[in-house]
Parts: sequence; structure tokens; C-alpha cells
Amino acid sequence: MQLARVIGTVVATVKNESLEGRKLLVVQTLNKDLEPSGNPMVAVDSVGAGVGELVLWCRGKEASFPFKREDTPTDCTIIAIVDSNAHVTR
Amino acid sequence: MIIARILGTVVSTQKDERLLGRKLLIVRPINVDGTDTTGYVVAVDTVGAGFHERVLVVAGSSARLAQGMKDTPVDAAIVGIIDTVDITAPGIVNRES
Repeated sequence: MQLARVIGTVVATVKNESLEGRKLLVVQTLNKDLEPSGNPMVAVDSVGAGVGELVLWCRGKEASFPFKREDTPTDCTIIAIVDSNAHVTR
Repeated sequence: MIIARILGTVVSTQKDERLLGRKLLIVRPINVDGTDTTGYVVAVDTVGAGFHERVLVVAGSSARLAQGMKDTPVDAAIVGIIDTVDITAPGIVNRES
């Protein structure tokens, strides 16, 4: 899992049926100092996150576990919303 | 998932039988602002995407979780055609190609 900031949204009308109704967000990965690192990715939202929020996301097959795990094709899912920047101690 | 643009097609007659009837497309990952990055991926199409469209590509073992892809030997699948990408917090985008 990594920290990321939600920076935008993606709209895709035509998509695989198993993604119907899912919210797609653009996330920017952050390093431990909460600075951007790497390229933004598109993530499926499982917790109701919004633009500007600090979130935790997970990659790989485990990303489909918050949903019906055998038929949700996602490799990147937002699985938690961090309360605030101050709640990340290092 | 990554955002990618379709560059072309691949034709393969001799292939795993679970790939029969599948459309194979060459896609290039792009940045959120639409500029190209380097490299490419061959992905299986599940949505009927066409040349030069922006699409969502899911990679790794999750690719075969798409509807109709059960037990197929793929590690990249096109699962959506992108209408719009809205970056409403652009100040923190760090672009590295």
C-alpha cells in the first residue's frame, strides 16, 4: 500500500461490464514526505474518496478484493482515506 | 490502471485457444495531459476500442478478471474507453516519462 493524493477524475462511458458503476479517480503517488513521486495512475474507488484527499491505495491482484474479487478487473484501488496530512507521522 | 492510446493492431493466427476471437491491440501509455510516454504493451480488447482512442488498461493478474476473460492467459486488458480526464488539483502533478 502507498500514500497518494487524488488529483482528478476519469469518465469512461464504455467499459467492461464488471466495472459498471465504479468511480475512477486519478491518483498521484506520494513519497514519505508527501511529495509527488512517479506518474499518476487511474484507481477504482472503494471508500468514497474525493479530489484533493490523501488516500491509501493498493496495487496488484489484491486491488480487486474490496469488490467481488473474482470479477472486478482492477490493479489499483483506493482502500482508505487518511484523516489528514498531520496523521502521517514519520 | 493506466491511461493509454491505441497505436495499432496485432494479428496472430496460431495462439492459445482461449485467445481465439480476441482482438489484440498495441497501446502506448500516456500521461494524464495526453502526452505520450515511451514503450508499448499488447493488450486484449474487451470493450471494442478503436485506433487512436484513449483507453484504460489493467495489467497483471487482474487483467483476466474482466468479464469474458476468465482463465485466459493475458496480463494486459483494455477495460474502458475514456471520455474525459479532469485534473482538478493540477499543482501537484509530477510528470516523469
